[in-house]
Amino acid sequence: MHAVAEAMTGRPDSFPLPERRAQGSAAGAAQERVAWPPGDLAIWIFILAELAVFAIFFAAYAFARMGELELFVTYQQTLDTNLALINTLALITSSYFVVRAVGRIRADDAGGCIRWLAGALLLGGVFLGVKSLEYAHLFGEGVSLSTNTFYTFYLSLTFFHFMHVVMGMVILAAVAVKAAQGHYSREVHTGVETGASYWHMVDLVWLILFPLVYVM
Amino acid sequence: MLQYKSQAVAKPYFIAAIALFIGQILFGLILGLQYVMGDFLFPEIPFNVARMVHTNLLIVWLLFGFMGAAYYLVPEEAETELHSPGLAILMFWIFLIAGALTVLGYLLVPYARLAELTGNHLWPTMGREFLEQPTITKVGIVVVALAFLYNVGMTILKGRKTVVSLVLLIGLVGLAVLFLFAFYNPENLVKDKFYWWWVVHLWVEGVWELIMGAILAFVLIKLTGVDREVIEKWLYVIIAMALITGIIGTGHHYFWIGTPEYWQWWGSIFSALEPLPFFMMTVFAFNMVNRRRRNHPNKAAMLWALGTGVMAFLGAGVWGFLHTLAPVNYYTHGSQITAAHGHMAFYGAYVMIVLTIISYAMPMLRGREAANSNRSQVVEMWSFWLMTVSMVFITLFLTGAGILQVWLQRYSDDPQPFMVVQEKIELFYWMREVAGVIFLIGLVLYVISFFVGQRQPEASAKPLPAVSPAEA
Repeated sequence: MHAVAEAMTGRPDSFPLPERRAQGSAAGAAQERVAWPPGDLAIWIFILAELAVFAIFFAAYAFARMGELELFVTYQQTLDTNLALINTLALITSSYFVVRAVGRIRADDAGGCIRWLAGALLLGGVFLGVKSLEYAHLFGEGVSLSTNTFYTFYLSLTFFHFMHVVMGMVILAAVAVKAAQGHYSREVHTGVETGASYWHMVDLVWLILFPLVYVM
Repeated sequence: MLQYKSQAVAKPYFIAAIALFIGQILFGLILGLQYVMGDFLFPEIPFNVARMVHTNLLIVWLLFGFMGAAYYLVPEEAETELHSPGLAILMFWIFLIAGALTVLGYLLVPYARLAELTGNHLWPTMGREFLEQPTITKVGIVVVALAFLYNVGMTILKGRKTVVSLVLLIGLVGLAVLFLFAFYNPENLVKDKFYWWWVVHLWVEGVWELIMGAILAFVLIKLTGVDREVIEKWLYVIIAMALITGIIGTGHHYFWIGTPEYWQWWGSIFSALEPLPFFMMTVFAFNMVNRRRRNHPNKAAMLWALGTGVMAFLGAGVWGFLHTLAPVNYYTHGSQITAAHGHMAFYGAYVMIVLTIISYAMPMLRGREAANSNRSQVVEMWSFWLMTVSMVFITLFLTGAGILQVWLQRYSDDPQPFMVVQEKIELFYWMREVAGVIFLIGLVLYVISFFVGQRQPEASAKPLPAVSPAEA
């Protein structure tokens, strides 16, 4: 896990992508970087692949819901929208924190970067805690994967996303550790952007998942 | 030329792999003929025995290939001699003799008698598809695997640790650990099948993909001279996707065996994305070759490396997707569609990756500087095309047979019995057999390629036109 996180966060100076190197040399080293996309290109390929998995998951949900509309609507109401709303706010806020963390490292303030990342991690922890409460409640009621199609999807989708939050937190933590070790600076911070990009993806998926599964 | 003397232990592994490959294809041809001439070679080699030998030989020669690949590439990656070349050679002979005895056992005595002779009643593990080996052979496989992992692991530990060798090692450890489920044989048939797939599926759609990715990455680093860091990043993304889709993708085998219904959703959704890592491998291979920093004189190895990406994507990815969704699989399960997928997936992913590393390593193992002569390479490339194109045809004919079979036997308003349908799709089986003969010709050419042009000078490569550093 650590190795993966390490690779995802990247070591910006040791392997700039060719495109980036070309841009960098054209723009001049001292100038503000205009690299696009932010972070490592590899994470964007990974994000694309992950979004594809979720897209198929959502499509399957829609397909199943079409077939059993009444059942889906009925059991949707057993979910706790308030808790989900808290989680939505937690994730959106954490994304904002991550944005601030990137901003701080661009201003060469590693300490600030670490503090904002810690905040984001804390909110990620809140998300996991609240979600666990929800699961505990449902399992207490005797709900399982096999209860009905709605719960099959609810549990699978949210748990798959849950695991992504965990993964995102591992990546953010790895970034924070590297920041604390002084690996990032105004010039060199692709790793921070890489972690941030992944975290935004985790957030984005929840922003689709929340209305789709809890509200609509 | 070998960078490390101990890499030489890979050579007998590769030679054994090719020899068993020939055996596998011969039994494949016997088997193919038995589809249309049911009593061909009966009672000497009945259909079930021929099938067992065909599939078991495949697995065993691929394992020889993987081990040879590891013995070749790990010293080079770790930049140190292999921990114990002697152990590697000893294990080679143990594995080869155990394998040969097992196949002889299949051929010479009835299967039930073999079970009796090898004391299957003491710890019953026999009688399951692909895991037909006597329990004692299975124990032998574990011993060989442990010694092999110890040898490779120690080498990596004492030397340079690269992403390629670590991914390879994770794949190989996974292979060994998952094989242990071959020893778990519960009474309950559902459970039996459930864990049986942990060996079968989690091998070919899980840990083997790591092995394949690592070997491909190694060969591409060597052939293209592209920065290791770039290739390693691709490798990470590919194996992450392989594991995310492949592990839960096991569910596509759990649709109709008595497991809970949610497996139909899980299996469909995750395995629908299993083509992704294979597609990435193709893009990866072509991308790296386009960015190459040098032209390598071993063009045949380059051809195999590109070919394995494409064929794995088609065979494992596209042909797998064809029947992986539960509503489709409801009709196609266990039909010739499965056989079509199995043939092209195994050939494209695992046969071709082993042939890639053999093609790359063998010239050095035989004392060449970097590549074979042009003449030898031309013959090898002919064999590439003959085998690959005939495999495409085998797959297409079996797909045709499968579609017809599913229609006549399961989908039409008036479903017909299995054997009636088998007769109606006979033409496809004949065509498949013809394609199989051409495959064998390709394989013979492949073997010949090792013996032609030996005295001719090595092929040379045109240097790449110079590029400015900014473009590189």
